[in-house]
Amino acid sequence: MSLTQTTALQVILFEGEPATPFTPDERKSLFRQILGRGFSIRRTSQPEAVSVDQRVQSLVVGRFHGQSPAHPGLPESGQNLVFLDVSDQPAANLADCVTGRAAELQTERQHFDHKSWKPWFPVIDYDRCTNCMQCLSFCLFGVYGVSDIQQIQVQNHDNCKTNCPACSRVCPEAAIMFPKYKAGPINGEIVNDSEIQREKMKVDISSLLGGDIYSLLRDRSDRAKSRFSKERDSSKALTERQKCLVKLQKDADIPPEVLMSLPSPEEIQRRAAEASAKAEAAIQANRQRQAANPDPE
Amino acid sequence: MAENGKILYCNCAHAKVVPDEVKEAVLDGLCESGLEWQAVSDLCEMVARRDPALRQLHGGGPLKVAACYPRAVKWLFGSAGVPLDPAQTQICNMREESAEQVLSQLTHLELTPNVPEGAGKAPREIVDEAEDSR
Ligand code: SF4
Ligand code: SF4
Repeated sequence: MSLTQTTALQVILFEGEPATPFTPDERKSLFRQILGRGFSIRRTSQPEAVSVDQRVQSLVVGRFHGQSPAHPGLPESGQNLVFLDVSDQPAANLADCVTGRAAELQTERQHFDHKSWKPWFPVIDYDRCTNCMQCLSFCLFGVYGVSDIQQIQVQNHDNCKTNCPACSRVCPEAAIMFPKYKAGPINGEIVNDSEIQREKMKVDISSLLGGDIYSLLRDRSDRAKSRFSKERDSSKALTERQKCLVKLQKDADIPPEVLMSLPSPEEIQRRAAEASAKAEAAIQANRQRQAANPDPE
Repeated sequence: MAENGKILYCNCAHAKVVPDEVKEAVLDGLCESGLEWQAVSDLCEMVARRDPALRQLHGGGPLKVAACYPRAVKWLFGSAGVPLDPAQTQICNMREESAEQVLSQLTHLELTPNVPEGAGKAPREIVDEAEDSR
């Protein structure tokens, strides 16, 4: 996991005693603006729903009329629980006042930069996954890894190439989802086994890639290289590589910018070998585990 | 929503996959309802960042989630190490259902569990590890 474990600040709109409630329009504006800044927001009128959590910082906002947090049901303020009395704020200023305070707290705690990365990454459906490791050996960017018991898992979410669903197409079980993808079953729609023709998916990808994307790229690059050495024409090598990639891009819906940002063929080869070795090691370790313990759980 | 039940709304901030008009109308409806509820900016982002607040979000008990496809939501939580309780969770799909349908499910007293069946298990995740090291 290369993203640091971070938490978004949570805003709590407190509308119970001793606070007076917000109007629905005030709530709408507060919810929209706070979500727009990447924070979470909760509405409650129950004092017991406001608690101190070591891992999550909360900003409790209410029209407390100067009484916060004197109410016996509410905890004392502290580092992870900050109160904001907005009794004096006119409705028009309310959202700015709350988002301003939330942003200050975020800076103090160095919370994440919400806008910096579109959360695009594979989500594995473990009801379908057979732990075959094809995704691990396919991905060049180290998104996949294995757990301590050699189970496939997504480890480096932010290494994934935004909008690229390619690995979902190499999974023979249709077990890889990208929740923000446009179409099913990759977006999480139910996989209809009779319709999906799992084998067809497999065939499609292998016909598309000529069996192995990396050997295809390698062949092309070798051809391009030999021409390159004869003709000293680097643009031809590039054109050759692009031709091969255009088909991939069309058939597997891989964004062109992802394909164009692929490393050099040599680097692809190196990474592909590394990924296959990882997958092979995991498969071997699983076999050994099964041999040692033939009847698990 | 059933007593002690939670309502969680995902604003799917980083993509246009949930129609804006559905998201907006569901958000407005919840603001008008007077119910207790919680909204997150982007559930996918929280999972990728192993946000410890994920555990707090579902925290046991009945839960209704307004987000996207139930299979995706099931495994987003599952992969973060905080699996949803299939008997106590209902997921409303804002990609497919109308705002009226979603709101009526969220505000209805009854909970109709609809987490896709299956006994698959995700490996332990960093949210668990963070818990253990406390
Ligand atoms: S390719 Fe599919 S079935 Fe194979 S390990 Fe990856 S997710 Fe599981
Ligand atoms: S869980 Fe679904 S609705 Fe929420 S951010 Fe992810 S894709 Fe969007």
